[in-house]
Amino acid sequence: MAEIQNYTMNFGPQHPAAHGVLRLVLEMDGETVVRADPHIGLLHRATEKLAESKPFNHSIGYLDRLDYMSMMCNEHAYVRAIEQLLGIEPPPRAQYIRTMFDELTRFSNHLLWIAACGIDLGAMTVFLYCFREREMVMDMYEAVSGARMHAAYYRPGGVYRDLPESVPLYKETRWTKGKDLKRRNEWREGSLLDFIEAFARDVPSKIDEYETLLTDNRIWKQRTVGIGVVSPDKAVQMGYTGVMLRGSGVEWDLRKKQPYAMYDQVDFDVPVGVSGDCYDRYLCRVEELRQSAKIILQCVDWLKKNPGHVMLKNFKVIPPTREEMKDDMEAMIHHFKLFTEGYAVPEGETYAAVEAPKGEFGCYMVSDGANKPFRAHFRAPGFAHLSSMNELASGHMLADAVAIISTMDLVFGEVDR
Amino acid sequence: MNETAKAISDRFTERFGDHVTVGATLAGITTLDVGVDDWQEVCRALRDDDDFCFDQLTDLCGVDYLGYGLSEWETDDASQEGFSRGVEALGPGRFKWSERPEAGNVQQRFAVVAHLLSYRHNQRLRLRCFAPDEGLPVVPTLVDIWSSANWYEREAFDMFGIVFEGHPDLRRILTDYGFTGHPFRKDFPLIGNVEVRYDEQKGRVVYEPVSIEPRVTVPRVLREDSRYKTDDVDLAADAQAEEAAAQGADDNG
Repeated sequence: MAEIQNYTMNFGPQHPAAHGVLRLVLEMDGETVVRADPHIGLLHRATEKLAESKPFNHSIGYLDRLDYMSMMCNEHAYVRAIEQLLGIEPPPRAQYIRTMFDELTRFSNHLLWIAACGIDLGAMTVFLYCFREREMVMDMYEAVSGARMHAAYYRPGGVYRDLPESVPLYKETRWTKGKDLKRRNEWREGSLLDFIEAFARDVPSKIDEYETLLTDNRIWKQRTVGIGVVSPDKAVQMGYTGVMLRGSGVEWDLRKKQPYAMYDQVDFDVPVGVSGDCYDRYLCRVEELRQSAKIILQCVDWLKKNPGHVMLKNFKVIPPTREEMKDDMEAMIHHFKLFTEGYAVPEGETYAAVEAPKGEFGCYMVSDGANKPFRAHFRAPGFAHLSSMNELASGHMLADAVAIISTMDLVFGEVDR
Repeated sequence: MNETAKAISDRFTERFGDHVTVGATLAGITTLDVGVDDWQEVCRALRDDDDFCFDQLTDLCGVDYLGYGLSEWETDDASQEGFSRGVEALGPGRFKWSERPEAGNVQQRFAVVAHLLSYRHNQRLRLRCFAPDEGLPVVPTLVDIWSSANWYEREAFDMFGIVFEGHPDLRRILTDYGFTGHPFRKDFPLIGNVEVRYDEQKGRVVYEPVSIEPRVTVPRVLREDSRYKTDDVDLAADAQAEEAAAQGADDNG
């Protein structure tokens, strides 16, 4: 009898289901995966080393480019680490804005996830539905920071500026006019908060639409139920966080267990899975969409009632306004020192974590008292998830490996850093 | 996370005695310094003892303490060199290969820092272990205790050249195939070592030594003056200033 050997297959780095630049070296027995060896680092940009040569505030923009699907959550971990070392606390309005934008970020991340996961598993339509709503979140990002994705909006001591009173409107074109133009601009007539409120009130009906397409879909269930099952003990042992952990039935959410920003002031539930397979992770993410909408509405409500500062009035860390500089020598000096040198952070080390959409995004920072971090390390959830690829994929079919990669919700910006 | 720093510190000292040094606590996370010989043993106890129950290794990374506390611009005293002090110093990111700082015989240069999380007690802990030999830093692996350590240790090996003894698969992970050196070490230039381009004559991608100049414009400055004190007096003054500003806004509006 002829001797049959396993063969090795290369998956990626340029493959639509590799979510960026993952190279998987798969050892196959027929169509069954025997061993999976992910090769990562193709998007490694040495963010941590770059941060060491720049004043603290200069690196905020790099943080957006780590997990480029949940920009503001990354910034949140970074500014929180600096705030802990400096011993400052941003004003409540800034905290509520952060909470709201963290949730909007979660929303846009999960939408992209449902869309991309759908495409990976052969469901094209849901992609178009999700991007319809995601576009609005991008518009909110743009209204508040000027950038659709890489916002650089959070700063140590608050957020860069207050929420704008108006939102840019669609202009009339050959394709957008009349009733269509009116419908598109309907929510954008008022302030940004009005826009966000209208969006968050309407969005549960849109989530129902996604669910109609997927939740009871026979093909979707065949592709996800019982695939990539992780037991709770394993999930903890392998360093899982976020939905990957909760999908396995471990009730753990930093927003509840170690609350930051204003998460202890808002009311929401944390969905937890039962069987720990891809389908449960899908259900958790859909439910998180609904909970995010709930949190956003509570934040909008508070922000409408409570105007105030969005930045600390601490000129050692936060630049004074142009107006203050005109007639205050001290403010002028502060401004000069901040923009030529930055601020020095007291010696010490800290670890600040936030519940990013993909899991726990942490920032470990060591300062030796200088105006630049001595060492900054970013703990990316996707890195820990991907490291268990071999354990999860072994024994599954090749097509299921795609489902597993997909529900890990990987973004290579953060895995490779 | 409501325990006081003192109580936490006592708990660790009581359990481990001389094997650990309890360091500072900030934002609810205590630092424990563990010797290289006790590294695995202490970690295993931290995972298995009911009092600790740190069931997850959340994060692990290397740190290179070369140049800790050195500034590029001395600010304590006046000097005759003027601003060139801030321009010419060769701190992180500002040197070429030919100007690399001599690592010399720095004591306690490489450390492995791990962050643990206990789900039962809702508590975090930071562990730090210095590698004894700076030339070839070796630290025992934690893969047998927490499997999540696998890739984190590969990353620390790749970036800092810390060798994890007993690691089942210690390959490079983030850098290019065939890369030499350990890029996150403080004596590795920020400009990197090679650049790639497509060569039309050869018809393939070629690697060449880097040609870019290091360019970091803001000097590294250490300040320990009163500006960065965050004690009660300062905070009270800030609160007053804020109140005054708010009142001013009301008057204008």
